Order: sequence, then structure tokens, then C-alpha cells
Amino acid sequence: MTRPVVILVIAALLGLAGFVALAAIKMQQPQDDFIRSAMIGQSLPAFALPVTGEGTGEQLNAAEFRDGKPRLLNVWASWCVPCIAEAPQLAELQRQGADIVGVAINDTQGNIAQFLADYGNPYSVVASDELSQLQLKIGSSGVPETFVIDGEGVIRYQHLGDIMERDVPVLMAELRKAGWQ
Amino acid sequence: MIAELGLAALWLAAALALLQLAAGVLALRAGSSGTGATLAALVRPVAILQGLLVSFAFLMLMWLFARTDLSVALVAANSHSDKPVIFKLAGTWGNHEGSMLLWISVMALAGGLIGWAERRLPESTLLATLAAQAFVGLGFYAFLLFSSNPFARLAQPVAEGMGLNPLLQDIGLALHPPTLYFGYVGLSVAFSFAVGALVTRQVGPDFARAMRPWVLGAWIFLTLGITAGSYWAYYELGWGGWWFWDPVENASLMPWLAATALLHSVSVLASRDALRAWTIMLCVVAFSMSMLGTFLVRSGILTSVHAFAVDPERGTFILALLALNVGGALLLFILRAQTVTEGERFAVTSREGALVVNNVLLSAILGIVLLGTLYPILTDALGFRVSVGPPYFNPVGAIFVMPMLAVMAVGPLLRWRRDSLERIQKPLVFLAVLVLSAVILSLMVGYSGILPLLGMGLAAGLVIGSFLPLRGRNLLRVPLNVWGMVVSHFGIAVALFGMSSEAAWSVEKLAALDTGSQTQVGPWSVVLTDVRPRAGPNWTAIEGTMLARYEDTAPVEAAPQSRTFWSPVQQTTESALVTRWNGQLYAVIGSQGDDDRWQVRLWWKPFVTFIWYGGILIGLGGLLALIGRLIGDLKRRHATRRIADRAAAA
Repeated sequence: MTRPVVILVIAALLGLAGFVALAAIKMQQPQDDFIRSAMIGQSLPAFALPVTGEGTGEQLNAAEFRDGKPRLLNVWASWCVPCIAEAPQLAELQRQGADIVGVAINDTQGNIAQFLADYGNPYSVVASDELSQLQLKIGSSGVPETFVIDGEGVIRYQHLGDIMERDVPVLMAELRKAGWQ
Repeated sequence: MIAELGLAALWLAAALALLQLAAGVLALRAGSSGTGATLAALVRPVAILQGLLVSFAFLMLMWLFARTDLSVALVAANSHSDKPVIFKLAGTWGNHEGSMLLWISVMALAGGLIGWAERRLPESTLLATLAAQAFVGLGFYAFLLFSSNPFARLAQPVAEGMGLNPLLQDIGLALHPPTLYFGYVGLSVAFSFAVGALVTRQVGPDFARAMRPWVLGAWIFLTLGITAGSYWAYYELGWGGWWFWDPVENASLMPWLAATALLHSVSVLASRDALRAWTIMLCVVAFSMSMLGTFLVRSGILTSVHAFAVDPERGTFILALLALNVGGALLLFILRAQTVTEGERFAVTSREGALVVNNVLLSAILGIVLLGTLYPILTDALGFRVSVGPPYFNPVGAIFVMPMLAVMAVGPLLRWRRDSLERIQKPLVFLAVLVLSAVILSLMVGYSGILPLLGMGLAAGLVIGSFLPLRGRNLLRVPLNVWGMVVSHFGIAVALFGMSSEAAWSVEKLAALDTGSQTQVGPWSVVLTDVRPRAGPNWTAIEGTMLARYEDTAPVEAAPQSRTFWSPVQQTTESALVTRWNGQLYAVIGSQGDDDRWQVRLWWKPFVTFIWYGGILIGLGGLLALIGRLIGDLKRRHATRRIADRAAAA
């Protein structure tokens, strides 16, 4: 009676070891679950969003991206914690000369102003996208995300998640590729 | 300040767990000499204090969520000041850190309760049990304190919180995870009992009786948790199914299967001192399955509808805890195999024999589900991807479920130790006739697959069979735990009937409708009267209004929605259900086609609700048994005390 039981338990132990090893290997592999926008290489779709802060009362629309100047389009929100984390990197991008347009998702004017007062304002324009209209149209699946738009208003590059320090040179390079000098 | 208080309490509780482990182990080594006795006297109070402290920490976290303290990272990431209070509170455990804190709180409270109330076990086994509990607990404390501190503050408070995943903003779902957690924790207690009994080589009826209420409690919570989860998937995912063999569903089913087996083998051990090794093994397996479940949900190594809880780093931690606890217990088992495998013998045709068959079959089903769930990981490592679904689980599982249902009806009729089938010949023939006539009856209604047909027959047999143990007894004097068994087995029959009926007789209709046009599904005629947009606090939706008429009864309104949430962007279907006593109409609205007509999907599911009624009955049976056992224990304790008093007086 004892021996078969022991053999069974040893088999269970080996099974456990095998499973743990397999699972550990599996978890080392990178996960591919980001949703890339299908809009890369295409023109910005038509949209019109109210500008907040400086220039309140004006509208931000797709035409303004077709003035020959490449820009960064940063999709963010005051309620988004990673957006706080990327604030210094946005400031650095602005210092290096990038023109950054901010679009705040599902947000209120008061909270937007408070956020910009707390963490700095790297944007040339901030528009408010209360119903995620633009976000949906350009294929963004969350906040924060950053797009490189060339001077013709074509989406050239998409960065998912918060911008980390190592991403700053990447984004600058993409801006240059899009024609920025 | 509240967060700091909570964190301090958590650290203190962790320190007490360390003390509980050290004092327990040292006391066991020192024996009952002076130092040993002093150390042993520490263990119970320390366990109680640990339970109180960590519960205090959990209450502090709840308080932070109640007042939406946005300087705490966890609150900022999972709550929002505009949320209703109930969802603010549910936010406490609707995230990784909080749910782990809930887990350790319940576990430590259970330890405290054992320390306070457990008097049946030999003192040394109790010490070993509480030490084992502290050991398991320390793993979770380390996890919380070093990698998932729930009380961490933000450098800068945020203006507003991020909210809670919209799929989870549902009252049923606010309660579903903690229900399963209570089940998992109950199984961890059983695991500690098993380790304790192994250490002191005292595996016997006392151990089984001490452990039984915990196993029963865990089993009740798991039953209700799975039932609720199944209903959520049914109405929220909008696919019209109630079980998808999704890895995470399987992750909750596997501990239940192991706990069900354990529940039965523990009864044999308690009343007959047999199945020692098997019971210990099941304790280890049941706990491994609950840790495996937590691991599968958290690590995201399998694709699942529950992918919102994923984090690989945390998965690694749980995997390490799993390997440490289960591996350690298995090694201990090998060292103690000689003592454990002894026990009373019994004949094959006996109550014990039937329970062993039940256990073997349940284990086989568990093995099948485990293999099917982990198979994709195995093949992925070999370089190809497969997905395992209903075509595997349903028929392969059924091979073992069918005989198990038969044993369920027959087993309770047998006597302990030795019996013969001739003695129960009459009820056996009666049950066989019943099954056969139910099969013939449902064939006359219409044939639709062998599994539903057999399911229908066996359900009919079990509906009556589950009440046969009451035959010839005075119903008022039948113990509560027997009632519990009867009700649970009856619940299985009810659920099985619902499943078979849903599988056999569901009618599905996919239609493209203009507003005003009508369609037919089964006995229902449905008119799409209107479609209009609607806006909610954080979503917009297309809502269809339908008038549904069952045969000639008055029409009822149904309003399914297709919702779009915008943070994060997510589409959900809100199905509309019209419930009658004999089934449900299930309506889903889709998108608008090019010809301006609306995609509408309708199901008529006869008796589908019986699946969940059955689940509730199964849980209710468990509750009756638990109450019966607890009352029995109290009476027994009272009687022992009286005898002792009388002896002292003499």
C-alpha cells in the first residue's frame, strides 16, 4: 500500500516541478497585447474639439495639422496616473523643440487646469475630448498615448502608454522622420 | 495617517505570524517541558492577535476607499469620487492589492478562530496546524509588503481617481471574487490541518472532525461563487451560454471538484477512520488548485475573459508560493507515508466503497479539467498553439460524470462497512425504471444529442434518488447533516435538468429587423418597437425596445443594449432577459446593417434558470450540513464537560 502511494506522490511532485518550470518560462516571454492603431499612414479624420485654457472658445480641427509642421498629439487625462509619470518627459520633448498638442479625454475644465498647474503645461494647445470622439477615430485604446503627425496631417507613429526617458530620443527621431527640422 | 496605521498593523501582523511559526515549531521540538509549555502557551493568543491586527489593516483600507483618499495610489487607481458608496467599498477588493489583503485577513481570522475555539485536536497537532498556517500566511505577507503594498502613497495626490473597470461595476460581481476567496481560504485552512496532522502523525477521526466545518464552509462559498460567476457570464457577456470552459472558470471549478471529493472522504475518515492518506492528499490537492486558480487569473499566461487582472510579476510570486507550499507538503507526505497509509478496512459494497468510487470519479473529472486547462501551456512550450474547448471537456467529462451521478443516487442507500446490492434491490430497480422512462419521455419530445438525453434521464433518477435516504425515517428526527446531503444531491439533479434542457431544447434566432417588424423564436413572438441611443454616466448605448409575447399571454417589454464605455474603450452587450417559470427569453441587439435593419439575436432557453436554482440548492444543502455539524459538536463538547465534571465530583 505504501509504495504505490509514495510513487504517486513523487509523480505529483515531478508534475508540479514541470508545471512550475513551464509556467516560469512562459511568463518570461513578452506579451503581445498592445492594440496598434490601424490609422498609421492615414490622414487624421475630420474632427472639431473645443480648446480649453488659453484660447477657450476656439476649436481644434484636423486642418490645423496640415500647415507643414510635424507635431506630437498626446492623448491624456487628469485622472490618469501614468500621465503624471510622463509629464517630465513631455516637458523635455517641448524643451527640445517639439510642438505638442494635448487632447484630454473624458475630463472637466477644472481638473484639466488643476493638472496643468500641478505638473506643468508642455502643450501648445489643449483640447477637451469629453466623449472620446477623436480618441476612437484615431484608433487609440487608452491613455496616455502619443502620436506623431506629419506636416500633411498624416499619422506617422504611435506610442502606447506613458513616455519613459528612453522613449524621448525615439519620439524625436520619429518627428525628424516626419520632416521636422 | 489612516494609511500609515493600516501599514503598521500589517507589519505587526506579519511579525506575529513569524512569532506564531517560530513558537509553534520550537514548542513542538522542545516537547512538553518548561520552555516548550511556555512557547506553546504563546501560539493561541498570538494567532488571535494576528487575526485582529490584519483585519484592522483591512478596515483601514476600506475606510480609505470610503472617503476616496486620492493620495493613496491604490485608491487613485481604482476609485472615483462620484462612484456610489457600495462600489467604493467594493473597490477595496476589486483590485490585486486589496484582494490579497482580504485573503490574508480572512486567513488570519480563521487562524484566530482555530486558536480560540478548537478543543478537539491534540494540543501538539493544533500547534503544528497554527504553525503551518503562519507559514502559508507569511508568504502572502511578504507578497503584500514587498511587492504589492496596498497603502503606498502617491508623491502628489491626484485630482480624480481612475474608476473601476465597467464590467466589474455590477453588484453581483462586487461580491463574486470575495465569495471565491472565502472558499480558497477555507481550503488553505484544511491544508494547514493536513500539514499539522502529518507533522505529529495524528491523522484520524479527531483531525477529520476538526477540519470538517472548514471544508464544508469553503465548499459552500465555492459553490455559490461559481453559481454567481456562471450567471454573470451568462447575462453580461451576451453569448447566451452559461459555461465556456474558460481557463478562469475552470480555475474556480477545479478547487470545487477537489473540495467536493474532500468533503466526502473527510466524512469517511471522521466516522470510520479509513482513507487517511487519501484525505490528506485531497487537502493538499484542493489547496494547490485554489493557488493554481489564483495564479492563472493573475499571471495571464492563459487567454481569458478575465484578462483585466493580469500582471506577470505578481504571477511569478504566486507561482513561487505555490511551488513552496505544495512541494513542501508533498515531501512531508512522502516522509510520513508509513504512518498515514494505515487505517480501517472495508468491503467494496459499502457506504465507504461508494464514497471511494465517488472520490475516484471526482478526481478523474478534476484530472480531465486540469489537463484541458493546462494543455495549451504545454503545447505552447512545444511551439504550437491549440485551444481546448467544449468538444473535449463535454464528452470526456461526461464519461465520468454519468457513473458518478449513478453512484450519487445509490451510495447513500448503502450501509457502512459491509452491505449487499441485493438488500437495496427494490429501490435500484425503481431508479432504473425511472431513468429509462425519463429517457423515453424526452425522446418523444425530440432527440437532440446523446448527452442531454442521458442527462435528462439521470436527472430524473437523481431527483427521486436523492430523497430515498429519507425513506422509512421519522423526518423530524433526521439529522440536519443528512438533510444537507439530500438537498445538495437534489440540487445537483435540478442543475443537471437545467443543463440538459438548455442543451437539448434551446432555440436560437438571428434576425435583421426593421422597427415595427416581428419575428418568432420558439413559443415567443417578438416585435422590435423602437431603437434609440441612450447615455449613461460613463457610456453611450444603442437600446432596442422589444415587445415579447409568450404564446397567448400578455406581451412583456425587453430592452437589450449595446454599450460603449470610453475609459477604457470597451464594448459590452447588455442582454435583456424575460424570465418565466419554465425558462428564459434572452435578447441581444447588435449593430445596424447596410439596409438600416438591426441585427437581433434571440434565444428561448427552456428551464435554463434551473441551473442556478440547482447551484443555490447545492450551497443550501452544504449550509444545512454545516449547521448540523456545528450543533453536534457543541452538544458533544457539552456532554464531555458534564462527564468530566461528574468524574471530578466523584
